[in-house]
Amino acid sequence: MRIRLLFFALYRDLAGVPEMELETRPGATAATIVEELRRAGGGLARLPETPAVAVNREYAPLSTVLRDGDELAFLPPVAGG
Amino acid sequence: MGVTIRIPTPLRACTAGHAEVSVEGGSVGEALAALVAEHPRIRRHLFGEDGRLRGFVNVYVNEEDVRAREGVNTPLADGDTLVIVPSIAGGSGAPAVGSASAQAEGVPAQTGSGPELSRLELARYARHLALEEVGIEGQRRLKAARVLVVGAGGLGSPVALYLAAAGVGTIGLVDFDEVDATNLQRQILYGVSDVGRPKTEAAAARLADLNPHVRVVRHDGRLTRESALDVVAGYDVVVDGTDNFPTRYLVNDACVLLGKPYVYGSILRFEGQVSVFWGARGPCYRCLFREPPPPGLVPSCAEGGVLGVLPGIIGTLQALEALKLILGRGETLVGRLVLFDALAFQFRELKLRKAADCPICGENPTITELIDYDFFCGVVPETPSSDPDAAFPAELTPAELKARLDRGERVQLVDVREPFEWEIASLAAYGARLIPLGELGGRLAELDPEGDVVVYCLSGARSAAACRRLRAAGFRRVANLAGGIRAWTDQIDPSLARY
Ligand SMILES: [Zn+2]
Repeated sequence: MRIRLLFFALYRDLAGVPEMELETRPGATAATIVEELRRAGGGLARLPETPAVAVNREYAPLSTVLRDGDELAFLPPVAGG
Repeated sequence: MGVTIRIPTPLRACTAGHAEVSVEGGSVGEALAALVAEHPRIRRHLFGEDGRLRGFVNVYVNEEDVRAREGVNTPLADGDTLVIVPSIAGGSGAPAVGSASAQAEGVPAQTGSGPELSRLELARYARHLALEEVGIEGQRRLKAARVLVVGAGGLGSPVALYLAAAGVGTIGLVDFDEVDATNLQRQILYGVSDVGRPKTEAAAARLADLNPHVRVVRHDGRLTRESALDVVAGYDVVVDGTDNFPTRYLVNDACVLLGKPYVYGSILRFEGQVSVFWGARGPCYRCLFREPPPPGLVPSCAEGGVLGVLPGIIGTLQALEALKLILGRGETLVGRLVLFDALAFQFRELKLRKAADCPICGENPTITELIDYDFFCGVVPETPSSDPDAAFPAELTPAELKARLDRGERVQLVDVREPFEWEIASLAAYGARLIPLGELGGRLAELDPEGDVVVYCLSGARSAAACRRLRAAGFRRVANLAGGIRAWTDQIDPSLARY
């Protein structure tokens, strides 16, 4: 199945792109994707183990099972003021 | 035992208009039970389904919060006065748990519908009075309202200016800093003549000039674990414009514990976030970001930069939400997070959910008082290694580093900032070399793992992360320059540019 990944702010810098498509096995959870991205290396190796994510524009726990066509957004903590 | 219970204005509808009710009771719990027996309608405002006092209801006995004593078991003496201070006016019953958004309900105005408006004020607020949603009633609510602005910087500037212009009666400002020339690119509260002045002083003067009908309360210094509850308790709404994670968690936790709405805004480079966290009605900041990122991962505005107009956009959105909360009008951002990307010009909205297992606003909170936020966020200096073989401190002050350099010790001085920062000021004259934090992992071979290494950045956070990285890679004699090049500039070499 294919899912769409969205990166904001810092995570966009780590990913190098604002969004990308990812082919993954059915039954994958948000946590599975985080693990895959961290293992794949590059900037996303620095992605925290438990980032805040939203699935289809709704904040979701990492245990959320993804479905084909889902949008997984990574929400970076930002402290600037 | 006869005690008097003082009923706040919004709850007097439940007590047939009585401002005070006399009851019998030997403890706070007994007195409240007697109150509920006499006025059953007040029950749901004070107690949750489980029969426990709601988190956002504060009860004071003789000026003291009963939570600081024995809660509902706090004993009462004859003639005691018990004051109920709800954080939500008119309470709608169950908080909006998990709902996508909550209808705004006004936060309590301290004096009911608010103080009278003078003729000058009526003239000044004419454009507000013309709005059905504000009107005289709303303008009086604004005048009665007390808003705390934490951080009088990029976000705090537009927030404070618009709240003052709108007639918010009491504006508290928390800041420890002085106005610096680098602030003027975005902190529109200040001008050139303010450089060097304490921010709260300069801001108070500017706001007084903008609207003399507004009272500005200066809170000089940082909000701390010790001071936060006392400061926040004196306000109806808290707007956060700080620039660091420890203070953000501190503000969130204080607001949850006191039941106050927390208007959140955050910015970096070209992007910003806005939401309203209100533990009593919806998710809090910890429901979204359970734990802070490791130090060094997320750059600050000083390190990462920020487009000057961005805090203007995000800060005015925060001011808007604060006004809606006070007026009790419209749909606030409770349960929604807005992400703004200035370059793409895109607003995105995400639904937030209250986390049942949130450590502070969840069903079984584990955080019931304020904690050590610097430690929680990992920004406290590491304790020096006790390994006698290492015999090298984990941290050096600028003076200690200077002494080592003056003695001619061979120190590998590493700057882990970005190249543009190195261009502004560096310790190249002392033999420093630039290895940005992001490149450190791939450039370890350039350093001698047996030799002494001293790492610095702007203020010490990124270099702390670099120190951990180096130690993990087997470097044993690694020290962080405390306070970074900023402290070095202040204490050793004022000729360096400060930024
Ligand atoms: Zn929470």
